[in-house]
Formats: sequence, C-alpha cells, structure tokens
Amino acid sequence: MRIRPKGDTGIVEGDLTPMIDMTFQLIAFFMLVINFSDAEQDQRVRLPASELAKPPAAPYEQPLTIHLTKNDHFIYAGQELTELARLKSELLKETQILLRHTSKKLDEVTVIIRADQDAKVGLVQEIMQACQELKFEKFALRGKQSEIRTIGGS
Amino acid sequence: MIDIVFQLLVFFVFTFKIVLPEGDFNIRMPSASVSRTSLPSEIPLLRVRLRATPTGELARVQLGDVTLDGEAPFAQLHGKIRGMIGDAAGPGSTEQEVEIEADYNLKYQYAMNAITAITGYLDDNGEQHKLVERVRFSPLPDAP
Repeated sequence: MRIRPKGDTGIVEGDLTPMIDMTFQLIAFFMLVINFSDAEQDQRVRLPASELAKPPAAPYEQPLTIHLTKNDHFIYAGQELTELARLKSELLKETQILLRHTSKKLDEVTVIIRADQDAKVGLVQEIMQACQELKFEKFALRGKQSEIRTIGGS
Repeated sequence: MIDIVFQLLVFFVFTFKIVLPEGDFNIRMPSASVSRTSLPSEIPLLRVRLRATPTGELARVQLGDVTLDGEAPFAQLHGKIRGMIGDAAGPGSTEQEVEIEADYNLKYQYAMNAITAITGYLDDNGEQHKLVERVRFSPLPDAP
C-alpha cells in the first residue's frame, strides 16, 4: 500500500514572489519619474520647436501663464477666453491681487506666453502689449525643446 | 502588505503625468512710454522684418534693408548676425539689440525661428553659445 505524505492536502498555491517583485519595481519606477511640479501645460497648444529652448535655471516666482491656441483663443487660469478684452480684464484682476497680497512689483513678475506654433504673431504681440499696459515687463516665450536644428541650413 | 503595495501602485499610476520638456526665451519689454524715455544706445538697433503670405507662411526675411533669399533664410540670418557680433564662441553681446518686426498674421513658429537664429546656437558638443541677448518685438501699428 502506498502511503501519502501527511501534509499534502491537494491545494496548489501559486508563487506570488515574481508578481510582488514586479509590483515593487513598478512602484520604484513611478516614484522616480513622478513629477509634482505645477508646470502649466495645455494639450490644446502645440508649442513651436527650438533647439535653444532650455528650461529656466530656477523656477519663476508667481509667474502668470497665458496660453494662445491656433484658433485665436486665450487660455488663462483654466478659462478659455475668445476675446482679448476679457483676457485684459482677467489680467487686471490678477494684478490687483498681486499688488494687494504680495510685495512684488509687477515689473518683476514673469509672464509666460505659451502660444501655438500656428498662432498669429500679432496676437502674441497684443498679449504682450496688454501686459505692458498693466506694467508687466518680463516675458518668457515658451517653446518645446528640439534635438534637431530648427532654423535650417547645416 | 500586498494590499498597500497595490494601493501605492494605483496612486502612482493615476498621478503620473507626462511633462514634455519645454524651455523659454526671456525678453524684457517695458511699455512704450518707458522705453522711449530711456537713453539711446550707441550701438545701432538691428531690425529684422518677417513678411507673411496671406496664409501666414513666411514670405521673406529682411535684416535691415537686405533681403535674405534662398533655401534657409533663418540660417542666413544667423550667419549674418554671427558675423556682426563676432562671438568666437565667447559670451553674447549684452549691448546689441534686435527688433523683430513681423506681419500680424505670420505663424508664431517663424518668429520663434528668428529668435533662435538671433539669440544663439549650439556647437557640435551640444553646448549653447549666446549671440544677442536683447531681443524685442516692434510695437504694433495703431489699428486703422
């Protein structure tokens, strides 16, 4: 008569070790690549490419970010605005908040302009002019980094 | 422990966002009234004109009165600016100022190309060298 081992109950348990290893590796990956920066990006805007567009050495203090789509719409503080006059009024509100609650002068505040590559240059200039009227002076024209030479030639 | 590990994994997956690398060109442009009162610089202002077709494409590039024709007008513009500044891979000019006068309906990519051509270049090692640091747009003409 054949004697069965005592501990064999017939239940087969899978080995979870490889799965847990994989999970830990995934967590390690996400922890390394996670980005908590509050960089304002908008998928509606395709930035123009430039090989010289490098991230700023230090983050700007309380910057204002204005997006311009190729349909001539402005995006500011999460709102899509179709008229420049509305953007001006929103910027005016922002300047009042800045002046009331911070000690910064408006000419020290950086205005980041994220304009679509197919947007009109004239509209970018109109945004800058509207900001200048409110005493902003510093502008950061944003582009996407390019590995290839964008100005042509060799 | 496995439950918590999975919860962590789910948290990281949901908070993960792809941030594309972006960079800035910094320009300082005081309002017209302030800039008019500033003292005139000894170095003459260089003016780059970007003319557009009715569809917003680039029609031609001018540096001063010289029209830059050919295949790569921005590369030519870059060559001329580099010849004027004479950088020899050293620091850029802090005095020279360039004003870009672009047609209203020109696509922004071309203005960015002009700024790239004017402000600097990357050498073979990928190191950035500056040419002209002071770039501004010309004021918009008054509305008709």
